[in-house]
Amino acid sequence: MTKFLVRRSLIAIPTLVGISLVLFAIIAMAPGDPFSDLAQNPNVPPELRLQLRQQLGLDDPVLIQYGRWATSMARGNWGVSFSSHVPVLDLIWGRLPTTLFVVGSSYLVALIIAIPAGVISAVKQYSWMDNLATTFAFLGYSLPTFFTGLLFILVFTVKLGWLPEVYTTNIQETGWGWVLVMLRQAAMPVAVLALFQSAEVARFVRASVLEVLHLDYVRTARAKGLSESRVVVWHVVRNALIPVVTILALQVPSIFTGALVTEQIFRVPGIGSLLIRSMNSHDTPVVMGIFFTYSVLVVVFTLAADVLYGILDPRIRYN
Amino acid sequence: MEALKARDAHRTLWSNAWRQFRRHRLAMAGLSVFTFFVVACAAGPFVYRTPADALDFARSNEGPSFEHPLGTNDRGEDMLARVLYGGQVSLAVGIVAMFLGLVIGTAIGAISGYFGGIIDLLLMRLTELLISLPQLPLLLLIVYFFRDSLRERIGIYAGTFLVMVCVLGGLQWMPVARLVRAAFLSIKTKEYIEAAHCIGVPPLRMIVSHMLPNAASGIIVSGSLAVAGVILAESTLSFLGLGFPPDYPTWGRLLFDAKDLLAIAPHVVLIPGAMIFLTVLSINFIGDGLRDALDPRKL
Repeated sequence: MTKFLVRRSLIAIPTLVGISLVLFAIIAMAPGDPFSDLAQNPNVPPELRLQLRQQLGLDDPVLIQYGRWATSMARGNWGVSFSSHVPVLDLIWGRLPTTLFVVGSSYLVALIIAIPAGVISAVKQYSWMDNLATTFAFLGYSLPTFFTGLLFILVFTVKLGWLPEVYTTNIQETGWGWVLVMLRQAAMPVAVLALFQSAEVARFVRASVLEVLHLDYVRTARAKGLSESRVVVWHVVRNALIPVVTILALQVPSIFTGALVTEQIFRVPGIGSLLIRSMNSHDTPVVMGIFFTYSVLVVVFTLAADVLYGILDPRIRYN
Repeated sequence: MEALKARDAHRTLWSNAWRQFRRHRLAMAGLSVFTFFVVACAAGPFVYRTPADALDFARSNEGPSFEHPLGTNDRGEDMLARVLYGGQVSLAVGIVAMFLGLVIGTAIGAISGYFGGIIDLLLMRLTELLISLPQLPLLLLIVYFFRDSLRERIGIYAGTFLVMVCVLGGLQWMPVARLVRAAFLSIKTKEYIEAAHCIGVPPLRMIVSHMLPNAASGIIVSGSLAVAGVILAESTLSFLGLGFPPDYPTWGRLLFDAKDLLAIAPHVVLIPGAMIFLTVLSINFIGDGLRDALDPRKL
């Protein structure tokens, strides 16, 4: 098991190197000097500009440039923000928990909706509940997150006035009051993401349950005289959910995309809204740092899903 | 007997697929809606002569009326004209980028599957790497670095259009490449390919006229779904303010301009949002129908 973990983690390293190569290639191919508008930027002292040019070694051969850049990234030296003069890594570190909280809770909510919906529509295939769930999944899949976000604000903030539009991290209340404010402000961003995700997961759960439902051991379980609900919950769902882990892993990149948009709509102070802000203020080190953070997150979550799959499915061999 | 022969002569692969496609009610509905949108956006501005950029601050944020069938925005511009005009750009980006993605994906998948070996290994590693990258941040990054200089060189509209099409098409090809490669790997072992090898068919001709037609159904289905993917990605970028400039009101850009007007003029948000939603939904239905229709086991 440990061997499997180590080996699987080692496979992630070439991916990270590949990603860093892509990132570096984009910077290197970008027309002109990416730091040229620094010369006009009064916020940037000339020493910082020189230091940056030197750090990136803009006049050296490309391979040496890449090597130097990659080692400084690996050492945690991601540069300094042009606009706030704070180290990029600290900026990202401060905002990452908010992003992870929103993404994590939407994953949870999506599973809570999608698993029962998928199981019911498979067990009662072609019933009105199945039709309802399938239609709902198709709609959720085609509704872009930015449109659902605006619709939610229109209904719940503008028309009904139930939920606040803006997300804040410095809540004044303490204790239960804090929890209440947090729940109210997180409700819409989480719901938007969960709706988008649960549509795809529900479709996948349905297909997976349908496949398991006709296997021999399920017939055996029924023949033993087990109640239908026990057969479904204990025998069918347990096995049907294993492949669902794969779809969760495949969704990781798209969920961070959705989170980026959602953060922008609800002004959630996560790394997505920081990315947009830094782009608009031409804060290149922050933009690069956040892109790399997203890539690392995707690699880490995909790795976690892979390992989870190995643990859940005893048929997977570790060697 | 003669009549039967004549009828059979007309039953080609495509007419069979069309026959199957017509039975899929949702797909037909999707096709009608999508065709309607394309025709309306292409021909609409010639029929509906109200300009898309005529300012009229006295009549800003108005709801639908006889003069402005879909109301006006905060600058008093006619929403119907803007939706039609912006739709041209949205749909054009979607369709052009889809073709670009299909061409790249088919070429890479075909080369990878046909030649195998080290070429296959390298191309597939590249494909996997690009699939595992977070798409939207990557898009934003490329737009961020390249947009301004291209705009300076070939103009705002052409520059943005070119960046959008290249980037969106250039990031849509990976699933197609995998699919074509998988199809080629199985087609390669068929007897008729062996036979073609024996009579000395050169590689290019082998790929284009013997193998590709048998991989076509998958390519067509993923092409249809790619249009939806590109339209969504373009509107996401424009919604974040990093796509088309305000003079080219794509549906995403219209939403970006409207998001602060939610409380005053909800129709300004609902109309472009509904256009994106309906377009994507109808394309997804078309893709579903094509998948059923082009499956040769289902005749």
